[in-house]
Amino acid sequence: MDILNEISLFLQTSVQMGTHILFAIVGGIICERVGNMNLGIEGMMLMGAAVGFSVACATSNPLLAVLAAGAAGMLGALIYAVVTVTFRGNQVVTGLVLTIFGTGVAGFIGKSVSGNIIPENVTKTFAPYKIPVLSDIPIIGKALFDQSIYVQLAIIIAIAAFFYMKKTKWGLNMRAVGENPAAADASGINVTLYKYVHILMGGFLCGIGGAYLSVVFLTTWQDNVTAGAGWIAVALIIFSTWNPLKAILAAYLFGMLKGLNFKMQGWGIQVSSQLLDMIPYAATVIVLIIITLRKKKEYQPPKSLGNPYFREER
Amino acid sequence: MSEPYIKLENICKSFGTVKANNNVSIDVNKGEILALLGENGSGKSTLVNMLSGIYQPDSGSIYLDGKLVSFKSPKDAIASGIGMVHQHFKLVDVFTAAENIIMGKQKNVFLSKKRMNEQIAQLNEKYGLSVTPDKKVYDMSVSEKQSVEIMKILYRGADVLILDEPTAVLTPQEIDALFDILRKMKAQGCSIIIITHKMAEVLSISDRVTVLRKGECIATVNTAETTPQKLTEMMVGSAVSLEIERPTTTLSEKPLLSVKNLLLKNIDDVPVINDMSFDVYGGEIVGVAGIAGSGQKELCEVIAGLCKANGGDILFDGGSILGLSPHAILKKGISMSFVPEDRLGMGLVAGMSITDNVILKSYNKNPGPFIDKKYAKSLAQQIVKDFDISTPSVNHQVKKLSGGNIQKVLLGREIWLSPRVLITAYPVRGLDIGASYNIYHILNEQKKKGVAVLFIGEDLDVLKSISDRLMVIHNGEIIDIVDPETVTKEDIGLMMLGHKKEEGDAV
Repeated sequence: MDILNEISLFLQTSVQMGTHILFAIVGGIICERVGNMNLGIEGMMLMGAAVGFSVACATSNPLLAVLAAGAAGMLGALIYAVVTVTFRGNQVVTGLVLTIFGTGVAGFIGKSVSGNIIPENVTKTFAPYKIPVLSDIPIIGKALFDQSIYVQLAIIIAIAAFFYMKKTKWGLNMRAVGENPAAADASGINVTLYKYVHILMGGFLCGIGGAYLSVVFLTTWQDNVTAGAGWIAVALIIFSTWNPLKAILAAYLFGMLKGLNFKMQGWGIQVSSQLLDMIPYAATVIVLIIITLRKKKEYQPPKSLGNPYFREER
Repeated sequence: MSEPYIKLENICKSFGTVKANNNVSIDVNKGEILALLGENGSGKSTLVNMLSGIYQPDSGSIYLDGKLVSFKSPKDAIASGIGMVHQHFKLVDVFTAAENIIMGKQKNVFLSKKRMNEQIAQLNEKYGLSVTPDKKVYDMSVSEKQSVEIMKILYRGADVLILDEPTAVLTPQEIDALFDILRKMKAQGCSIIIITHKMAEVLSISDRVTVLRKGECIATVNTAETTPQKLTEMMVGSAVSLEIERPTTTLSEKPLLSVKNLLLKNIDDVPVINDMSFDVYGGEIVGVAGIAGSGQKELCEVIAGLCKANGGDILFDGGSILGLSPHAILKKGISMSFVPEDRLGMGLVAGMSITDNVILKSYNKNPGPFIDKKYAKSLAQQIVKDFDISTPSVNHQVKKLSGGNIQKVLLGREIWLSPRVLITAYPVRGLDIGASYNIYHILNEQKKKGVAVLFIGEDLDVLKSISDRLMVIHNGEIIDIVDPETVTKEDIGLMMLGHKKEEGDAV
């Protein structure tokens, strides 16, 4: 019984530790599915974290804080979209620059709010709450149903994104844009519009992913709060083979690794935390090797990922 | 006859300094098939791309049913009922047929497999198509993909269908099936514009023909009142002989190239070349016919040493060349030129100049680490002159040349190395009549010099008339080696599909 309770608590923490990553992976998947590789995830997360934190402190309004964080991520995504879609700039370079830019912006904003803590009104809204009966399910009950609404939002968004991509006409169209923009264009799909909308959507999710860390998880401002989570997300996008449902698994596996890190310290087992931090990357490399070997076309990256689209190109 | 259904009037379109279309006018009626005929770079594709909304004309007007229209994007054209089957299919590989057909044109927010399948079944019945809704595009043959493209257009309710070289990669049987569908659509009142190079097809399918040359409209004639000879003259601008000569030569005593029980497996351990044996003698052209992807590319690569055989042997002048490096094979005098579908994929570096591309293969004759630019340039100029390549200079980027000239650079470079065995795959792919005949002539010249030529081709008429022997392959196996003078095209078509012709057996 005690063991079960222990596992259940461990899973609960793991989910909390993977939530910001889940937002970022789903955001990244949406962006990459329209053919744009956005290496600016880290930057957009940081912008969302800083703006969300400031707004939460200033207004004590949880909803406003979340929306502002999303808007900040979207702003970063907008810069990226203008450069890569409208001007057909190099996606890799633009994404890297966005990360550097976002880190700078977050550092700047963070300076003025550091020392503040999130107002009680906001922490109360985002505090874990128990759903009766469901939260008593052994092992997974706590992980899923004794959580902040913010955590559950991440799961809902991931499932919704999957449903959107697989089952709706817009999802079909957006996947077509990422696979073969010329074909999409010839089918009457507005390629530029689809790219903009989904890049911005991705930016929004990255922004609120960042805000989860500063507003809910830490509740104080910490410089460089994401600590490379955006890069891990880039790797985990591949791990989840561009599927938002698998993103849930990927994010929480990552959360478990992090949780394990703490647990082992508690148990007095000495394992270098840097070594554990490497595991997601190593896992991604293994997945990459496997999908390359299996050659199953459905698991390959969107075909035109990274390429700009210009209709009159000959 | 009343006002034509579609009318393009005085269309002009330039790309940079090149005038692709200059005052071109065409018109098509309802229930009519118009063929657009013209050499490469004569502006056919550009013209239809403006009708389908991919490009916008610089000047000129498009009328649909008497009304002036302007298409800002393919979406506008589709909305007006105009659809185009592109030369390179615009399909999403990982989608099913149904998904490709409905994408961008689906009213309901949620996708329903049942509804899609019903709609496709209806269209299948109406136009005699056979599209399997659940099949993924990457599992389809070329003609299946084409059917999906056509259905995609019909699904959008189009009554104007534009086909850009639809028969280039089909077998004779598949072409017949396609033409049946087109006739059915015509009977239903559709207007069809078809671009093709093949004269026989123009004559069999079209009602009228518009001939373009160098971006200008030369003439529009009724198909029934014209002959291939007249059409060719209009296309080229001068009289051209349509005969491909087959000079008689003395064969070398022993085969120069001899392939014995060759076996090659792909990454999934499936044989792509299975027990192939054949000889090529000096002074003959051996033609190879087969559906695209029957092992042509692999055969080229394995002979040129680009991939390793899993069994069998390849002999050059009696000695095995299996396992030698591509460089060593080249040095022995075996030259390979493969023109892939996109024309640039193998052999040439698109972003480099003609000079740099030419020197790529002969840099070995150039000692030291530095390139002798002067020598390279004179070499390039020689090839440009010999092969009549039209380019502003030898420093021009290869990708900016027209398709025909690109191919001449590729072939010219190989021939300049004076090989003893010349392997050439699809050297006239997408070329116009004038340029193709030029290349046939070049191949015949090589043959007369005693070179052993392996010619992998697409156009069966050409293969039949230029080859001394014709090898038909299917699925990596040789079905038969036949005498091109006696075999019929239909029989070749059947063999390409894998039917071995038995004596006295009516297939």
